[in-house]
Amino acid sequence: MESVQSDVAIVGAGGAGLRAAIALAQSDPKLRIALISKVYPMRSHTCAAEGGAAGVIKPDDSLEHHFNDTVGGGDWLCDQDAVDYLVQEAPKELIQLEHWGCPWSREPDGSVAVRPFGGMKKQRTWFAADKSGFHILHTLFQTSLQFASIERFDEYYVTELLVHEGRCAGVVAIEMRSGQMRRFDARALIIAGGGAGRMFPFTTNGAIKTGDGMALAYRAGVALKDMEFVQYHPTGLPSTGTLLTEACRGEGGVLLNKNGRRFLQDYGMGPETPLGKPVFKTMELGPRDRVSQAFWQEQKKGNMMPTQWGDAMLLDMRHLGEKTINERLPLVRDMSISYMGVDPVTDPVPVRPVVHYMMGGIDTDTRAATRLPGLFAAGECACVSINGANRLGSNSLTELLVFGRRAALSALEYVKAGAAPVNEGARAALATAAQGRLRELMQRSGSGETVAGLRKEMMQTMEQNAGIYRTSEGLTEACAKLSELRRRYARIELHDKTNVYNTDLLQALELGSMLDCAEAVTQSALARQESRGAHQRLDFTARDDVKFLRHSLALYAQNEPPRIDYRDVVITRSQPGVRDYSGGGGK
Amino acid sequence: MGERQVELEVLRYNPETDREPHFQRYSVACREEWVVLDALNHVKETLDPTLSYRWSCHMAVCGSCGMMVNGEPKLACKTFLRNYHGVIRVEPLRHFPIERDLVTVIDDFVAKLTRVKPYLIPKEPKSVEAGEYRQTPAQLKRYKQFTLCINCMLCYAACPEYGLIPDYLGPAALSLAHRYNQDSRDGGRGERQEELASKEGVWECSFVGACSEVCPEHVDPAAAIQQVKIRSTLDWYQEHLMPWLKK
Ligand SMILES: Cc1cc2nc3c(=O)[nH]c(=O)nc-3n(C[C@H](O)[C@H](O)[C@H](O)COP(=O)(O)OP(=O)(O)OC[C@H]3O[C@@H](n4cnc5c(N)ncnc54)[C@H](O)[C@@H]3O)c2cc1C
Ligand code: FES
Repeated sequence: MESVQSDVAIVGAGGAGLRAAIALAQSDPKLRIALISKVYPMRSHTCAAEGGAAGVIKPDDSLEHHFNDTVGGGDWLCDQDAVDYLVQEAPKELIQLEHWGCPWSREPDGSVAVRPFGGMKKQRTWFAADKSGFHILHTLFQTSLQFASIERFDEYYVTELLVHEGRCAGVVAIEMRSGQMRRFDARALIIAGGGAGRMFPFTTNGAIKTGDGMALAYRAGVALKDMEFVQYHPTGLPSTGTLLTEACRGEGGVLLNKNGRRFLQDYGMGPETPLGKPVFKTMELGPRDRVSQAFWQEQKKGNMMPTQWGDAMLLDMRHLGEKTINERLPLVRDMSISYMGVDPVTDPVPVRPVVHYMMGGIDTDTRAATRLPGLFAAGECACVSINGANRLGSNSLTELLVFGRRAALSALEYVKAGAAPVNEGARAALATAAQGRLRELMQRSGSGETVAGLRKEMMQTMEQNAGIYRTSEGLTEACAKLSELRRRYARIELHDKTNVYNTDLLQALELGSMLDCAEAVTQSALARQESRGAHQRLDFTARDDVKFLRHSLALYAQNEPPRIDYRDVVITRSQPGVRDYSGGGGK
Repeated sequence: MGERQVELEVLRYNPETDREPHFQRYSVACREEWVVLDALNHVKETLDPTLSYRWSCHMAVCGSCGMMVNGEPKLACKTFLRNYHGVIRVEPLRHFPIERDLVTVIDDFVAKLTRVKPYLIPKEPKSVEAGEYRQTPAQLKRYKQFTLCINCMLCYAACPEYGLIPDYLGPAALSLAHRYNQDSRDGGRGERQEELASKEGVWECSFVGACSEVCPEHVDPAAAIQQVKIRSTLDWYQEHLMPWLKK
């Protein structure tokens, strides 16, 4: 098998992966960097982010406010040292992007404009109209093109890590164009593989968000942390799940039930604020978990509007006027018209909560390092614990940048410290074994288990049992179902047995990743007998700081369900309190 | 809930098993609100798992799903079935080699993007500690439109020049260069000019305007190319007729 030599290899060329690559190239021009991605970098799902990235910049704001909003928003499951690092580095990273050409929206005086976002006490979300992630991704991609030391491997699908004697020594990947396997030797590896929303049928996540990065680390023995915390975004288009950014509400849009009532006031997020005058951390600017939960409660009461795609609430932006909508929310208008046939300038848009973001992921520390020497991770696939039990909108794009860079610096330190490379024989043996597994999958036949069939069953189970509200009964059923699906997956059969751009094969491998992640979600959820942030149990309705002010750690156990372990949350100065979104501005 | 039987005619080609490309017919029960991509996904899930194509975002922003629909370059995720009657013919993007089925080889495009130096070459370097560059909304507006390119390559499939002269840099790469040239923070026009005004640069464009017509993001590459031509002409006069203008 052909091999590619590098000092640092990066799996994933979305926001986190590109940021890491640039940081490496800038730190040491002699470094050989391999940037491996299953899609061309600009196709990565960072492009879909709309609303913006949080970072303190205005004089009335402070790092302490950003810290408190984040920690409270995360229902105190955030590691506070990591949050400190995030909020400190955030403005620098956003300015750095500005220096690289990101077309941030501006104030009349030429300074960067910021907008309000859910759960944030001040205006601190930097935005580029409503295509913030798109511009961040393209700015990073284009900036990366000036560094000759970043060698890209576009459309290479990574299947396994090479781990020998407790150290990570690279990966193996399929070159999609040829179907050939390549071995990537690296002295340090950064995983930046993105989220896993595709485990669910109704999601804002693109087709590529299948949890591969998480599964790679998990199978190599690194824990997946806090996987039970899955964020529902309140406002997805019911027909396709396409997101209408939280900035719709940041700009002043309101949520109505079928009777035209701004129902959030009935769920602890009132008092009602005047139309067109949003108040921080109140009503429509409440955090995502609370707003999505209010939808569910209201639906139970029969107050939601039936549509052909299920019940919906109404997002009313008419009072913003055509000019503001065109200037600040052009994509929202375009998508509402295209995919729903509703123009937000003249009519309220039906929306409903949709699976959006994984708070959990690969267990990393504040240096973006995992417990496996040589392995680092950043971005949505990682859980450095700045999001806790509920991410605040616009913290994730910031996280990609801050911890993408941090992962690069830590990897570089690790390389410089000079761990002896794993010997050639061991690498070759690992790669050959990986190739053997793939070959066996390609040749297998006779079971009738298909990618589409198993995937559908997985999605149904997740939707029914691991959604906004959960019960012991539902989760137990989901765990059993996922064990069964994983057993059946071991016999899965491909229809397409050819080599060139075989998407049947890729989807099978992606399904394998999702099943592993899904099992970590449901097992962690079942074990967490409390309600916190995005994890709500109908049978354990209160937060339980005595038992569960701890991170869950799901540890891979081959054919068995994962073992669930716990670790204390890092608390430096903010003791768990009440999350107050009732007009007082919160803590 | 409207449902309709749609006939798709999809170009298939697998270099390992096919001598040459051929069309395959699929008859699909589609919902009224579906886009072409939904129909392809339905085929892949229920009829034929061997069909290959690229897609991810389903919201016209990742640029993966460009293909020819009834002979026109389109994003499959934004092309509604309700606008078509009769058989819908789906082919890979024109002017690109086929890798497999609807997947094209895009190396040429990616190389051209890289060639035009599509990154900020600062006019006045500044440290992060010194804060952001000031840029007024009016200055932003001068280049904003040209930042919206999603690299879907529909414009290359529409461009007759690119079809004839494969070396031509093409609409998206030229617009992107122009985007940086127009940015008040940038001072790299001189460095980019060599590529832009080269034989394969803007002068290849015969201003048919097809690129701007098919652009799903309204980037208007034709306008960018026109603007570059005007600037390049001025440069030429400055250099050759009015040398005293240059300090
Ligand atoms: C619709 C939408 C809107 C959002 N809006 C906002 C917002 O306004 N503000 C905010 O802060 N956050 C927002 N988010 C969240 C945020 O955009 C994401 O969390 C973030 O972009 C993820 O970036 P990433 O770099 O971790 O991963 P991605 O950008 O998803 O990139 C993952 C990379 O990993 C690669 N990869 C994966 N698996 C493999 C494999 N097996 N082999 C090789 N490569 C692989 C992929 O090719 C890709 O390059 C939004 C998310 C969505 C879905
Ligand atoms: S799927 Fe992303 S542009 Fe069509």
